[in-house]
Amino acid sequence: MGSINWFKYSSPQTFYPLAGKMVPWFVAAAVVLAAVGLYISFFVAPTDATQGEVYRVIFIHVGAAWMSMFIYVVMAFWAAIGLSFNARLSSMMASALAPTGALMTFIALWTGAFWGKPTWGTWWVWDARLTSELILLFLYIGFLSLQAAIDDPRRADKAGAVIALVGVVNVPIIYFSVQWWSTLHQGASVSMTANQHMAVTMLWGMLVMALAFWMYSIAAALTRVRSIILERERNADWVRTLPELQT
Amino acid sequence: MNWGSWSAFWEMGGRAFYVWGAYSMAAVCIVLEVVALTLRRRHARRDLKQRIAAEKP
Repeated sequence: MGSINWFKYSSPQTFYPLAGKMVPWFVAAAVVLAAVGLYISFFVAPTDATQGEVYRVIFIHVGAAWMSMFIYVVMAFWAAIGLSFNARLSSMMASALAPTGALMTFIALWTGAFWGKPTWGTWWVWDARLTSELILLFLYIGFLSLQAAIDDPRRADKAGAVIALVGVVNVPIIYFSVQWWSTLHQGASVSMTANQHMAVTMLWGMLVMALAFWMYSIAAALTRVRSIILERERNADWVRTLPELQT
Repeated sequence: MNWGSWSAFWEMGGRAFYVWGAYSMAAVCIVLEVVALTLRRRHARRDLKQRIAAEKP
């Protein structure tokens, strides 16, 4: 513990090059995992006995849905750190995660609709799972538009943090909605308690694809936070002297 | 192997519209985000380079 000064990494100046070194690794991991995951999803995992081929939507639907909730929690965490310790980089991290989280939420809703239509007979129902996931999308959009509307970045950070923290109660509601209310949405696809109802290869395809989404989200958030750092710290000496900006 | 031929693969057991409708929107979203990230980074760097150049005596 003593040898690493963690506070050093909380400064944008140290984090900017570090994030730059990390991005290519996460991109590579995302590409490899997506290639393997898609191969399993379409060529290894068998046809589902009851749903036929349309169940293959699961391989992107579940990963995107997990990330939509996970990113929100991480975003709220960084927003809270930024708010309570007045840490600039933490607030920038929260802002960098929001668009990717919104995107994952949209993908989860869209793929859910395209799976729901052939299996339930409807694109959409106002049940607990779907409605709470839609609220999650609105929370992301609310966070983003509120921050965009406020010119002073530090005030935008604080306002965004309030939305992020209030909205975080929605995440357990989404997650447990299938247990708490009777809903059209099926229960958890991966469960330790339920008897094994998924072929092992289906499970692997889902997990590998979820990991691919995870690696992609990290790469996207790190790339975005680097741009945010450049935009916000544009008057700092260390930015002005960055080798990559010298012509 | 699940598919006898490529056409069987693309047909997805008669559910092509739903399977490819889901996958293609996910792909479009990710491509758009990558483009947006690239443009934002390019813009931030260009803006800074111009400012630095303008300050040089």
